[in-house]
Amino acid sequence: MASVEFRSVTKSFGSFTAVDHVDLSIGDGEFVCLLGPSGCGKTTSLRMIAGLETPSSGQILIGGDDVTGLHPKDRQISMVFQDYALYPHMNIADNIAYPLKVRGESQEKRHARAQEVAGVLKIGDLLSRLPSQISGGQQQRTSLARALVYPSRVYLFDEPLSNLDAKLRLEARGFLNHLQRDMGMTAIYVTHDQAEAMALATRIAVMDRGRIVQYAPPIEIYRRPATTFVANFVGNPPMNLVPVTARAEGDSVRLSADGVTLAPLPLSAGLKAALAAGPTLTLGVRPEHLSVTEEADNSIGGKLFANENMGPESLVTMERPDASRVTARIFTDDHVEVGETVRFGFAPEHVTLFDGAGTRIPRDGEAGL
Amino acid sequence: MKQFSLLSRRAAALFLTPAGLLVAVFVLLPFFWVIVVSFTNRTLLGVTAVHPDFVGLQNYIRLFNPSTFFTRGQFGSSLIITTQFVLLSALIGQALLGLLLAWLMQAIPPALKRAVEAAVIGAWILPEVVIGFAWFAFLDYDNGTLNMILTALGLPRGDFLLQQPFWVIVIFNTWRGAAFSMMLFNSAFSSIPPSYFQAADVAGASSFQKFRDIALPLIRGHVVTDLILITMWTFNVFTPFLLTHGGPAYRTELLSIYNYRVAFKDFEFGQGSAVGVIIMLINLVLALIYLSIGRRRSKAEREAAAS
Amino acid sequence: MKLTTPQFLSRVGFSAFAAILGALFALPLIWFIFAPFNARAEMGLALPDPFTFSNFETVFGNSLAIHALLNSLIEGVGAVIVVGIAATLAAYALSRSSIPGKGAVTYILLLFSSVVSGSAAMVPIFLIVSALGLIDTQVAVILVFAGGLLPTAMFILRDFIDGIPKSYEESAMVAGASPVQAFFDVALPVIRPGIVVVVVWAFVNVWGGFLIPFILLRSSEQMPASVAIYSFYSEAGTPIVTLLAAYSLIYSLPVIALYLFVSWRFGFRFFGGIKA
Repeated sequence: MASVEFRSVTKSFGSFTAVDHVDLSIGDGEFVCLLGPSGCGKTTSLRMIAGLETPSSGQILIGGDDVTGLHPKDRQISMVFQDYALYPHMNIADNIAYPLKVRGESQEKRHARAQEVAGVLKIGDLLSRLPSQISGGQQQRTSLARALVYPSRVYLFDEPLSNLDAKLRLEARGFLNHLQRDMGMTAIYVTHDQAEAMALATRIAVMDRGRIVQYAPPIEIYRRPATTFVANFVGNPPMNLVPVTARAEGDSVRLSADGVTLAPLPLSAGLKAALAAGPTLTLGVRPEHLSVTEEADNSIGGKLFANENMGPESLVTMERPDASRVTARIFTDDHVEVGETVRFGFAPEHVTLFDGAGTRIPRDGEAGL
Repeated sequence: MKQFSLLSRRAAALFLTPAGLLVAVFVLLPFFWVIVVSFTNRTLLGVTAVHPDFVGLQNYIRLFNPSTFFTRGQFGSSLIITTQFVLLSALIGQALLGLLLAWLMQAIPPALKRAVEAAVIGAWILPEVVIGFAWFAFLDYDNGTLNMILTALGLPRGDFLLQQPFWVIVIFNTWRGAAFSMMLFNSAFSSIPPSYFQAADVAGASSFQKFRDIALPLIRGHVVTDLILITMWTFNVFTPFLLTHGGPAYRTELLSIYNYRVAFKDFEFGQGSAVGVIIMLINLVLALIYLSIGRRRSKAEREAAAS
Repeated sequence: MKLTTPQFLSRVGFSAFAAILGALFALPLIWFIFAPFNARAEMGLALPDPFTFSNFETVFGNSLAIHALLNSLIEGVGAVIVVGIAATLAAYALSRSSIPGKGAVTYILLLFSSVVSGSAAMVPIFLIVSALGLIDTQVAVILVFAGGLLPTAMFILRDFIDGIPKSYEESAMVAGASPVQAFFDVALPVIRPGIVVVVVWAFVNVWGGFLIPFILLRSSEQMPASVAIYSFYSEAGTPIVTLLAAYSLIYSLPVIALYLFVSWRFGFRFFGGIKA
């Protein structure tokens, strides 16, 4: 296993910059997810680690060695492709053992090793079938087996679960999680599914328009999203974002918006800096931190727009006077009717504030933020 | 830094070499050589075979000589015969018959459909000399199947290859090539979602109305493709030679057959090349129309897909 | 589904009309089904009485006829090998490499191949072949056909390869394969169906081709079956109908077999679109 490092890596296709001066350092044995919407540069970044794209500038290091100009075959890496790329003319055993064949291993050794890996992945009884004769989940495991069959320094995954149905995806996700911790492999995993990234990663790199917006452990990303983009991308449903106007009153700040009542906040250093740029801020609250309340303090008011029952809990959405919507995750027992006027209350410590540019305003005492 | 690609440029150049050489020598070179030879008096035999003279536009002037232009067996007459042949056998015969067959195929039982398709496609895939011989036998005056049927029906028999040679090759080429149009339109029709026709059925449309109002507008692109392709192929076809040799009395001498006679019967390579240049010019116009339509359509498709 | 009376009648009308058209198309060919098995066949349609294979025996006893079939086979197989290899390599390069002007190359080749038809270029082709000293050789026929068929073959194969995900070769290379290994182990087997279609198409074109061997070959030892059949019925005075009918049938069989093979294996619309 080995570490991976990006040093100011840029990749342009004509006038389009897919990856823009990215610096990224992935430690030995880490499971890093590159998360972002399509076109954010996550797949291009992964393909540059594999050697399937060459950076326009910058360097890529694996285990401390500069591999920027190295052919994929010389990088000692494994990769699982989104479409699995199983060779239709080879049976499952030959597919799994192909990396050993190009390494000049004997037929005997190849098949023994394929048998062994296939056993771990529970496809041992399919070895003589062709890829077209097995299910999607089995194809996915075959492509995983092909990646595991030889020792690699880094394991790359390009949305490997996106072609599976929901149930299989959960199952495969759990298995991957177990496998990575078990083997201690360095894994880099591209996905646009935030839940997948949260579940698997030791650290997530959230990407937007070719840049890394935040690179942190999942819980950090969830609790302290660096920007409104991250706040909006992570969490299902995502964080509610409400534009507010801020006014400093002595040592405290009063935030106001239509239907929102909020106790004054202490004027922190971060707030002061943000207010210097302008009075418009964004208030963020996660749906699970909202509850139906009668009290006016620290709450958002509006008319109930939808009530979606998810079993023990419900997603209730209100429409505010300016037609924007706020969603709360509440216990189904808290009964509310569509059309009635409601208030969603929250605790002040669950509020995240973003400045006019969408960057999170740090609280007092947060080091280095 | 060297860009990664699945095949390096050096390897790609190597991969392209065999095909490139063959195409250069047997497609590109003939294109330019025929132009060069058309300005000479090169022949197959004699002094001018080895040392041809440059004669300027003389070959072209001879082709377009107004006093003989329309004479049977001369260039102008052949050009007119070819134009009529293309109009009647391709644009009208093959396209209309193909369209009719394809439309009928949508509405008939599968077994009958397979049988009719077998006959139509059989006419198209069999080697041209076999087809030539088959028609030679079919039209035979004394024993041919056609005259046998006419006699049985109480109609007068005819020596069609002598009496109506032009109409024989028109019908012959329509028969030979209708399969392509049929298959093209067949696949065009089957690409139309059945729900379109079912909606029209619900609205009470007749077969003809469905054809005119739904099918035809939707396959317009295929019609254009079909017309240009069959025009190009029919314009260059040599197969009627196998039935009539261009005769009798040059009455079926298409440009391709005229070119063959001038070059390989009269051994006038310079003159034949001039004919070849004119055929190529007409081909070029047709091909440019086809490719520009194809490009415009794929561009429109890309834009439609992107929106 | 229940049909109303007018619907039923129009269905019957369509079928009857289609059947008549089909019969008209079959008419000139029906003779071919019977004559080869009739020892006394003439130009007219007649049921073989008695049914016999003697015509075929005569054909197989005729060394000229058999030799011509052999020549057709040599030309067809030769062109298949040349077109198969050259088109596969070129199409792969056009699809997978980053050489500049790939699109233009395909466009120009397609343009030239439709402009330079056999009918238009018979003189320069003859002159080039003579200059190469190849008149009256099978090699000349093979090379001329290969050159003419290659642009279309490359175009079809390139389209086919473009439709194959690059992840096949990419995964092979990530797994440690060199470009050469990735081409032979992974790409080539996946492209094979496309190559088969192109190669069959090329063979049928060469096997049935008449004009090119007709102008490039002089001696009767070299001529392929197409030229042989033509000279049998056009030059020999009264043709020996029985022999010709049986011979034409034998000559047509490979084409029919290949056609059935391709339409069974790949669906015939695919094949239909590429005959030119």
